[in-house]
Formats: sequence, C-alpha cells, structure tokens
Amino acid sequence: MRRRIITSAALGAAGLLALAACTAGEEGGTESRGDIKIWYSNNEVEIAWAEQMVEAWNADNPDEQIEAQEIPAGSSSEEVIGAAIAAGNAPCLVYNTSPAAVPQFERQGGLVNLSEFDDGDGYITERSGDVAEQYRSADGDFYQMPWKSNPVVIFYNKDLFAQAGLDPENPPLATHDEFLETSRTLVASGAVQHAIWPAPTSEFFQSWFDFYPLYAAQSGGRQLIEDGEATFDDENGQAVADFWATMYAEGLAGQEAYNGDAFADAQSAMSIVGPWAISVYGEDVNWGAVPVPTADGIDASETYTFSDAKNVGMFTACENQATAWDVLKFSTSEEQDGIWLEETGQMPLRQDLTETYADYFAANPAYEAFGDQANRVVEVPNVANSVEIWQEFRDRYSEAVIFGEGDTASFLSDAAEQANELAAE
Amino acid sequence: MTTLSSSPVGTAPAPAGKPSGSRPKRRLLGEHPLGTLFAAPYVVFIAVVFAYPIGFAVWMSFQDYFFAAPGAVVDRPFAGFDNYVAVLSDPDVWQAFGNVGVFLVINVPLTVVLSLLLAYALNTVIHARTFFRVSYFVPYVTASVAVVAVWLFLFSGNGLVNQVLGPLAPDPSWLVNSALAMPTIALFVTWKGMAFYILLYLSALQNVPKELYEAASVDGAGRVRRFISVTVPSVRSATFLVLLLATITGANLFTEPYLLTGGGGPNGASTSPVLLMYQRGIEQGNPDVAAAIGVILVVLVLFVAWLQRRFVGREES
Repeated sequence: MRRRIITSAALGAAGLLALAACTAGEEGGTESRGDIKIWYSNNEVEIAWAEQMVEAWNADNPDEQIEAQEIPAGSSSEEVIGAAIAAGNAPCLVYNTSPAAVPQFERQGGLVNLSEFDDGDGYITERSGDVAEQYRSADGDFYQMPWKSNPVVIFYNKDLFAQAGLDPENPPLATHDEFLETSRTLVASGAVQHAIWPAPTSEFFQSWFDFYPLYAAQSGGRQLIEDGEATFDDENGQAVADFWATMYAEGLAGQEAYNGDAFADAQSAMSIVGPWAISVYGEDVNWGAVPVPTADGIDASETYTFSDAKNVGMFTACENQATAWDVLKFSTSEEQDGIWLEETGQMPLRQDLTETYADYFAANPAYEAFGDQANRVVEVPNVANSVEIWQEFRDRYSEAVIFGEGDTASFLSDAAEQANELAAE
Repeated sequence: MTTLSSSPVGTAPAPAGKPSGSRPKRRLLGEHPLGTLFAAPYVVFIAVVFAYPIGFAVWMSFQDYFFAAPGAVVDRPFAGFDNYVAVLSDPDVWQAFGNVGVFLVINVPLTVVLSLLLAYALNTVIHARTFFRVSYFVPYVTASVAVVAVWLFLFSGNGLVNQVLGPLAPDPSWLVNSALAMPTIALFVTWKGMAFYILLYLSALQNVPKELYEAASVDGAGRVRRFISVTVPSVRSATFLVLLLATITGANLFTEPYLLTGGGGPNGASTSPVLLMYQRGIEQGNPDVAAAIGVILVVLVLFVAWLQRRFVGREES
C-alpha cells in the first residue's frame, strides 16, 4: 500500500513538473497584448538610447508597458540568451542579438518567426532594403530584425604615419601590396611594434575582424557560405589569406595578443574598427579612416566590408507578442533610428541611410564614410552550425596564416570542406 | 571517579525472531538516526548538485541532445555511441587530452615536491613565519583574472622574463609557442595553487611525533636523511590527498587557457578538455558532444585516482 502511495506521489510530482514545464513554454501567440520585458546592451550610449525609447513608448501606451533592463552579466550575450531560452525566461525582445547565434536560437525553438506577422516581411524589407536578404533563415523567413551595423574600416594614426615619413592624409593603403609596403615602413621606422594588431587569439569570432572584412571587399560582397557552399576556397580567399600570412610572417601584425588596446597605446598604427571607434579614439588619437584593402585596389564606393551587426530577436517565451512587434517597429522607426544614430554613432540597418539623415551626416562628416559603407556590408552566413563553422575556420586560419604552419591553399580547401559538411547537417 | 557504563536495556539486541517496531526505522536511518539527520542536508546537496548532473550528463551523451525552450517541439533521439565516436575521431579532442596530460605530468609532481619542501621549511623556520605564510597565500586568494594579467605582462614577447633572458628568450614567446604554452600554464597553476597544498602538508607535519626525529638523530641521521626517512613516510596520507586533489583540479583546467592563451592557443596547444567542452557545449550548442567529452574525462580521472590510491595511498585503504 505504502509503495503504491509513494509511486502515485512520484507520478503526480512528475506530472506537475511536466505541466509546469509546458506552461512555462506556452507561447502567447502573435495576437496577445500587454506588458513586455526587453533587454538591451550594457554600454553607456546604448543604455541612454534604450532608456529614452522605453520612456517614449511607456508614456503613450499605459496598458502595454515595457520593463527594460541591461542584458544580465555573462561571458557573452549569446550564452546568457541561450540559457534564458532553455530556462523559459527569455524576455520578449533582445536588442543585442548576434546574427551568428540566430541559427542556434532558432534550433532551440527560442525565436519567434517575424515573417508570421502580417506586415513582418514587408516592414523589414522596406526598412533595410536588399541588405535584409542576408538575414533570412534557411526557410526564407526572418527570425531576427536587422537593426544596426558597425561597418569595419581601417583606422590609422596620422601622427605615427607622419613619424614614419608616410603621407598622413593620403596613405598608400588601397592595395595589398601598398598595405604591406606601408606596414614595412611603419615597423622599420621604429614608430610602432607592429603595423596592425588584430587579436590573434582563437575565439570563433576573431576572423570577423581580420580575414572576413578583406574577403568581403576582395570578393565584391560574398558571404563565407552561400547556398550551403563555402565560397572562400578561390582566388579571392587565397589573396586575402596570403596577404595576412605575409603580414604575420614579417612581423607586421602581432602573433601574440596585446594586453590592452594596441592602437590606443600607439603600439600599432592601424586597427580594424567600426564607427564606435570615433567616440572611443576621437580625442586621444589623431586618426584617419580608409576602406579595407583589396588585391588590386577598388574605389571606396564599391568596397564591401563586414557589417559587425547586432539585431533584435523576439523570443518565444514572450506572452504578448503583438505588443512586442509594435515595440520593435516603434524602436526601429525613422525617428528612433535617428536618435540611435545621434546617441551611438552606429548605423541603423536602413536603406538610404545617408539621404534619410542627411543633416546628421552633414554635421558629423566623420561618420559619413561609415554611413555610405553601411550600404555595402556582408553579414555572417545564416546557416546551421554557424559558430562551429567559424571556430573550425579560426583554428585552421590560426595555424596556417597566423603561425605559418602549413600552406594557405590547404587551409582554404580543408576549411571549406569542413564548412560544407557542417552547413549541410 | 566516575564510571561510564551503558544501560544493558538500551543496548541489548532484540531477541531473535521477535518482531520489533524499531527495526525498520533502524534499517532506514541506521544505528545513529541523529547522525543521519545531520548528514542528510549534505547528502541532498551531493545528490542535487553532483549526482543528478553527472547522471544527466551520461544520459545526454547518448542522445542527440541540445538545450531547447520549454515546450518547444524538438527532436532529440537516442544516438547510441554516436557522440563518443564523434569525440574519439576528433583530433582536437585527442590534442586536448594530450595537452592536459602534459599539464598533469608537470603540475602534479611539481606541486607535491614543492609544497612538501616549502611546508617543511615553513614548519622549521622561526623568524618571519607569518610573512612567508602570507607570501604563499597571496596568489592563492587572488582572483585568477587579476593574476593572469600579471603573468601576461611577465611572459609576453616584450615581458620582464624575456627581457631578463635576453638572447635566450624563446621565439615564438612563451604563450604563443606550441611547445611552451602548456608548460607555462602548468607553472602558473602550480604557483597559484601551492598555498592550499602547503597548508595540507603543514597540518600533516605537525602530527609527526618529535620522538621519531630524535630517534633518527640518535642513530646518526642528518637533516636530509631525517627528511627522507621520517618526514616523507610520515606525511604519506597528505601526499596521497595532494596527489588526488592536484590531479582532479588539474584535469578540470579551464580558466588559465581561456584567459592566458586566448582560448587555448596557439593552434590548440593549450586547449584543455574542459575548455573544449565549453566551446562545444555552450558556444556551439552541442551539449551532447560536450557531455561525451566530460564522461571520458571523468573515467580517465577516476582511473588515474585509482592508480594513485594503489601506489601511494594503499595504507589509507
């Protein structure tokens, strides 16, 4: 008898747990309205933008209030969001969703399909234009709202260039050969330890700031993987890999991670950065900016680069998804995008950016090149096993290019083969 | 004088074959129910925090598993040994286990020898004993992140160590040198964790009877002979504990390669199995593969611990 009671109690408890789990995961559906929670990034300028956005929304929508907070601390936003999805307590919207993590969140059943809103596809494509196409998932739908980019360019220190006898206003950095020669001059002059110092460490995302921008420029805007096939095992990938291999082999780029910011500390004369760098280095470094180099040099107006975008994800734990969608549209409206640009200097992923905010770019000419560059950005491919592909790529790149162990052709073919296998899973 | 005697009634066994109401209770709670009660919270803690996760990890390693939103309809079928096959055919995994093997070969003996010698010295030193104790403990109680920053300055290409070494400095430098990255990490961990093991040895040394040293001296033993013939055998139980703990913590190496060598570089030369588990399980969303690596790691650590018990801790058993 006692055993039967215990068994019944255990089954009852298990049933309750299962019920609780189901309840926690219930979706409110795209029609529900009410209060929502959002998370945003924890840097100062983005906090300021988010606070005014929330205040503006809450003032006009007393029945659909936003409760906002910074993304909880963790080693990365992606880990925190992934854990929140699994725990069933992700907020409605996260204004810092990495496109590289979207396939994983989607697989977890954590993201709402924005294309299922009546005006979902229309709103996204109208706002972002052709750039939006890169953010479609394998099924052709949007599981992320393209939000803002930080198109990366080459920042250089004019004072160090002048010290090395280089023309600080028109530095020869357009072609790979010019870049190499300029780098040799910089290092030989003793002005810097290395000409440029991208992080040579093994994290999966580091290739976004050395190989990928140059590959985007060299290939005329191709993603690492297109239509399920790796694109980089070709003459464009070879040119970029050889360029970086030469930079490392000759000590023009640093093989060892710098403990700090090498560009700010004048230990390197160049850096690969987005528009956020203007406010960071603006007053301390006499800087100039040029597009990333290509093998033969192309006009700046035709040069592609890596977007370094962060998007907005809507999560399935959200009960009031109709409100969340309205907030999403409100926060990416022309007015809010304008405030975003003013507050952060980062580029909203909006077509005709420089025309829409002509006054801003006229008043802030330093940002104009970034605004123009935002029209030609390449995103990380939205494919299965995205992070794993980048980690494999990085490991092989590190071996062949940074440390010169093995040839670059084998690195490209091996990495492409591995990427194809992983993308096909 | 007080005589302590137990009540014959209280301790007398119940007559054989006679039913007793306390027998099932005793079977359930043991001879000392109060003791069981006191131990229960820790048993629950172990069950919830260790036993359940280990069981879950083993189960996960046999599934095509990934973390999903509650209520999400996802397919996570039984995968048999697929994850183990994937792990064992992955050269990165073999490299990581090889790396941690190198780490343990350097770290564990160094930890045992140095902590014993330093504890012995600390036990005999009279002047400035507090100063030495604090000196040993500062690295142990300082956060790894802070200490790592100091070592990065010391062992970077232009760091203090290379400046002292001059032309003898290795090229590539310590932390980007495939052959030297892991030994450098092993040295770092040895230095940082030493204080705890010194403490273990100190408490063991204080239990060594002075008579043994006196007897050895009477027999003509010098300082070295006394150390080898009296001290080392007398602290054997502490040595076994130090070996065991150093092996277990060493096998779980994560923070140092994550921070000191930028994620296991160069070229994976300092990647540890736990760092690989983090990459596979958390970053790449494959907790099933990470769990398989973890299970293999647990089995290997248990095997090494069994060897240590057999050869060093046999008297303990």
